[in-house]
Amino acid sequence: MSTETIDLKTKLVADFYSREATLNGEAQSTFHQLKRAALLHFEETGFPSPRNEEWKYSNVRELVGKSYQFSGEHAVTAELINSLEIPNLAGNILYFINGRYEASLSTIVSPPEQLSILPLTEAAKQQPELVTKYFGQLARYQADPFTALNTAFAHDGVFIQVPAGKVVEQPIILRFISDARTQNVGSNPHNIVAIGRGAQVKLAESFRTLGEAYSLTNIVTEIHVAEDAYVEYYKVQNETEQAYHVGTTQVQVLDRANFYAATVSLNGAFIRNNLNIEINGEHCEVYMYGLYLPDGKQHIDNHTVADHMKPNSNSNELYKGVLRERATGVFNGKIYVRPDAQKTNAFQSCKNVVLSTEATMNTKPQLEIFADDVKCSHGTTTGQLDEEALFYMRSRGISKPEALTLLMAAFCEDVVSQIKIDAIREYLTGVITDKLAAK
Amino acid sequence: MLKINDLRASIEGKEILNGINLEVKAGEIHAIMGPNGSGKSTLASVLAGREEYEVTGGYVDYQGKSLLEMAAEERAAEGIFLAFQYPVEIPGVTTINFLKTAVNEIRKYKGENPLDAAQFLKLVRQKAALVSMNDSLLKRSLNEGFSGGEKKRNEIFQMAVLEPRLAILDETDSGLDIDALRIVAEGVNALRSAERATIVVTHYQRLLDYIVPDYVHVLYKGRIVKSGPKELALELEEKGYDWIKAEVEAQHA
Ligand SMILES: Nc1ncnc2c1ncn2[C@@H]1O[C@H](COP(=O)(O)OP(=O)(O)OP(=O)(O)O)[C@@H](O)[C@H]1O
Ligand SMILES: [Mg+2]
Repeated sequence: MSTETIDLKTKLVADFYSREATLNGEAQSTFHQLKRAALLHFEETGFPSPRNEEWKYSNVRELVGKSYQFSGEHAVTAELINSLEIPNLAGNILYFINGRYEASLSTIVSPPEQLSILPLTEAAKQQPELVTKYFGQLARYQADPFTALNTAFAHDGVFIQVPAGKVVEQPIILRFISDARTQNVGSNPHNIVAIGRGAQVKLAESFRTLGEAYSLTNIVTEIHVAEDAYVEYYKVQNETEQAYHVGTTQVQVLDRANFYAATVSLNGAFIRNNLNIEINGEHCEVYMYGLYLPDGKQHIDNHTVADHMKPNSNSNELYKGVLRERATGVFNGKIYVRPDAQKTNAFQSCKNVVLSTEATMNTKPQLEIFADDVKCSHGTTTGQLDEEALFYMRSRGISKPEALTLLMAAFCEDVVSQIKIDAIREYLTGVITDKLAAK
Repeated sequence: MLKINDLRASIEGKEILNGINLEVKAGEIHAIMGPNGSGKSTLASVLAGREEYEVTGGYVDYQGKSLLEMAAEERAAEGIFLAFQYPVEIPGVTTINFLKTAVNEIRKYKGENPLDAAQFLKLVRQKAALVSMNDSLLKRSLNEGFSGGEKKRNEIFQMAVLEPRLAILDETDSGLDIDALRIVAEGVNALRSAERATIVVTHYQRLLDYIVPDYVHVLYKGRIVKSGPKELALELEEKGYDWIKAEVEAQHA
């Protein structure tokens, strides 16, 4: 272990205790006690090493070797925010600057009877029982060192509630902006989304870093999806070459709920996404789509879990990647079918195109099936470009770069077309086309 | 228009074309026949610019330019069109979008303005009618799930849209029913003019009933071993290739 590794950990632990000293009575709250337990756990485990099977192909040494300002201070103005808009993006737009929810920059358009949004710390004070019912219950700190760290520092972020039966027509878009224009910045936002019975919600998280300094985003989002609810969840990552991202989205769906996820990772120095879905209900439909396009030295790692705990549910997963230059990619997809989960259908597929001899893709599908009456399948392919197709196109007069762009755009389309928020899909189509055409 | 001189090509160190000589003048139709594996598709691919084949000797003059130095897309823009023996399936790219890109890339090469959506649609409608190409196929992913005949028809449709100067049809007749065969032939004959030429690779006389060639060549072991007038095709159909093989062996003996 390098001395720098100790530095970041030591600094974080010290930060925790000095903050705790300012809390007075609140330190006794269940909310804080869970944070404390998470910290103790993190103190014990430290950051994961490649010896940790879950982190085998994603080395966090570089990320850990930097120091970051975690205070949340920034100089982001409404004007600057407006210049960053994804064109035509409308809906409930929540801004988080350096991890902290900024109500003054945010726009909530849905009426309060459909949608309630509170800063997490605020919610923990106002409705301590409700928050402790959810906080850290899905994303358990014992599961992963970064989750432990996030839990210990879960001051920022929001608590989102959608009451039973409500259809939130406007999407809820969480935009995380790291302001690294003057210094390295770090954040540990923690969001809880509680979606009531039969409610319908479109949720998106987008990540962006400003400036050239390093940024570390260690985010946890816990999504509770009650019976009969319908949820779309999108995650869009378009950050800088100095941006590190570790994110866990921990979801639980109950009977007859539909959960529909798409994760698109365009740019970032190091990205690790955990998307874990507990299917703790019958007749649920779960979809997981993913797309990653690393180039340069970018590293993008997607770990997913579809955990079938009850009978009669379906999960479908499709992840696709295009890797260029010296990029590295990881896909680890776990499907668990518990003994009770008879009549499960679980399908998984991961398809990759590796366009350079120096790029690498590690894929690991992991099926653990303890029920006998199930239909499960998985498949991963990692191939080069389809030379036949390329020649065919060129023989019709289409230049090589144009043909490549067309082929790759077609490859990505399966995932991009799954995004049902028009402004985000159109934005992605544009960025993807530009990125693929660039080299 | 096209002059092939002692063309040699190999793949993975294996010589496939062993010195091809062929001259095609504007206005002519040439048929190339020959047993399986003799190198017909290889010749067609090398002319279209497929890079997997290594040209080990010879040169090809196309309209006064050295063809072998041009990239595949340049050749297409200069008017060469290959109808593939096995058209490729490209999921996610619609036929119509593919063709629009091709038309406009070629126009760009020639310094012309791109066709707008309306102009392109008009062109496509007209050509689709010419080869009885079903509208619904145009909106589907290129060749994906197309029947064998539909794929071949799509090749001729593309040819009709791109209006090449030199069309090379590699067994476009294989797998076609009589009606489709007639449509393909009509597509080729519609392009027939004093400035254009066609090379038809085929195993069967029946296509040549519709597309009457000026010359017939027999390719065998990577060389043109016999050339003759259109009657040669009839003779081949009747007698097969054995007598030609025997002639070749006798010469080498
Ligand atoms: N990509 C390749 N790799 C290895 N061998 C090849 C390749 N392409 C062609 N060949 C070989 O070259 C020879 C000629 O093939 P080609 O496809 O040109 O024949 P053909 O005359 O078109 O035959 P057919 O009438 O069956 O279409 C064959 O022996 C074939 O196996
Ligand atoms: Mg052939």
